[in-house]
Amino acid sequence: MTNGFQIVVCGSLVPDPLQTLEPVTTPQGPGLKNETMLPSVLDPWAAHALFEAANLAKQIAGSKVWLVSLGPKAKLQQLMMTVAQKAPFELVAIDGSASGFTDAHGVAAALADAIGAIPGLDKSRLLLFGGCASASRDASVTLQLVGERLGIRDQFVGVDEIKVQADGSFSILERIEGGQYLSSTCQAAPAVLAWATGNLPEPPNNPQIGMANMRGVMPALQKAKPAAVGVGGIAYEKTEIPAQKRQTRIVKDATADEIAREIVEWIRS
Amino acid sequence: MAKIFALLHTESDGSLPKAARETLAAAVNLAAQTGGALTVGVLGAGAAAAADAVAGCGAAAFITVGDHAVAHPRYATDAAAATALVQAAGAEIVLAPNTSRFARCLPGAAHRVGAQIDTHIVAVGGEGGAVHAQRWFYRQRILGSFSRTARPWMLLVDGGVCPAWQGPAGTANAQEVPVAFTAEDQRTTVKGVQAPAADAQTIRPDAVLLFVAGAGWTKKQKDGQAHIGDAGVLIQGFLRSAKASLGSSKSLVDIQSEGQETLSFMSHMNQVGQTGSTPRHAKGLATCCHGEEPHAVGWRFINERRAVNLDPNCGWAQGKADVVYVADAFEVITKVNALLNA
Repeated sequence: MTNGFQIVVCGSLVPDPLQTLEPVTTPQGPGLKNETMLPSVLDPWAAHALFEAANLAKQIAGSKVWLVSLGPKAKLQQLMMTVAQKAPFELVAIDGSASGFTDAHGVAAALADAIGAIPGLDKSRLLLFGGCASASRDASVTLQLVGERLGIRDQFVGVDEIKVQADGSFSILERIEGGQYLSSTCQAAPAVLAWATGNLPEPPNNPQIGMANMRGVMPALQKAKPAAVGVGGIAYEKTEIPAQKRQTRIVKDATADEIAREIVEWIRS
Repeated sequence: MAKIFALLHTESDGSLPKAARETLAAAVNLAAQTGGALTVGVLGAGAAAAADAVAGCGAAAFITVGDHAVAHPRYATDAAAATALVQAAGAEIVLAPNTSRFARCLPGAAHRVGAQIDTHIVAVGGEGGAVHAQRWFYRQRILGSFSRTARPWMLLVDGGVCPAWQGPAGTANAQEVPVAFTAEDQRTTVKGVQAPAADAQTIRPDAVLLFVAGAGWTKKQKDGQAHIGDAGVLIQGFLRSAKASLGSSKSLVDIQSEGQETLSFMSHMNQVGQTGSTPRHAKGLATCCHGEEPHAVGWRFINERRAVNLDPNCGWAQGKADVVYVADAFEVITKVNALLNA
């Protein structure tokens, strides 16, 4: 592995998971109530992908990380104030909707166009990273569609581990059914890796990394091209939060013996 | 008349997974609702024999790709095979199980045949030429009902949505579809499956009960000390006795990745919720877990829910569980284990 990898991470913003989400109808299709006001975080799976990318780039000399992010420019700017302190990357911003109701096909086209336009990108060294799904659309298809558009035929989904060999080949562990892993080896880049959680903790904030990243973030945001992503070919008939509130019985003053008996009866019923 | 195509795959032993039979049932229903013609396609090891196993499903035709190249799940060869099958079927509506194998390769196949694709489908139905589907958005928070007019349209159906198809086997006379696999398609070599250690506890879809352990198991207890070893013994004892599946909150598995002492048998594979799984079990028991929304969204398909927590105002008490026991989980699970083993 002489030249290192060029690692492109696709990741956008999603509403903070602690926020209450309420669907509303807009002229553009379904949306969220007060969507522009909701605090956002980097999509959790994409965040894992970014941390794994940064870790890999640190290990393999000559590697570089790009973060390609599609979202409203103003919200991306807010997001970068936190994300930029976590890992070194060069931002490629695309100005468009980050709604979970957008069509993955349109999003994939916008991402592929932006990645294809990265100056000096060498496809023979390209690793396309991202989350195995998003916490908004949760489609689990976007990264594969981007990979197809870029002509990448080695793709892995639900990745928890990559180990690179000296010759540039790498082994991958992908989550499959039953708590098992599918173990594969790939001869070389390019490849798509849609990450599950990986094995790395969230890096602490590093102001030096933040300062270095921010030098590129603002110009990237200013250069962000608009992308007309929307509901595409999806005809939404209804979006709703099904009633799920239960009448919770709170058992406060029972002894451990009484509670245990009740739980065992319930388990055996 | 709509051309409905049930696209299935085999396991490495040549059998059809349960999810494939469930999808076949959904496709049979959809064909009946729309008056469509059903074709069944199977890819993977022993595809022809697998087609015979479902020969009685009423499909007008069966097609297969059983080439050695698709004996194991691999994106490039699976995508090429699925592309060939969809094209050979002239499919307009493709139903496929949302397994890890198809979730990996079918988006690529959809791109190659110019299809639209939607995943995690929890309901599909139709009348005439129209097909409608439902899936969740924002991680099981918002349910969307929708349709598409573009064809082909691929729908990956989640497990547990339909009862598995059951019917007579027979002779399907399946037609093998030739696929020209290239060397480029085989740059990836599948080494095999790494199963968890025999004594490892993971989320097991076949278990009736899901037991979720939260970060509270690792916190200081009444005596001012953490009792992580005791917690491990109690939890594993419960899992053995109740034959339960083990889930976790994110905060508990994060403790491990941050290098702190925690339950050694717990990993991100156990994580339930926003960034974990959404398992389907008849019952769920949460212990030492606060029931915050990012975790509770993973309980969408748990029917009966109970929780043991010291906080009577925890998330579970806010309409997310049927019963909340305000008690010390160490004490309760000790007693529960004793009763289960009596």
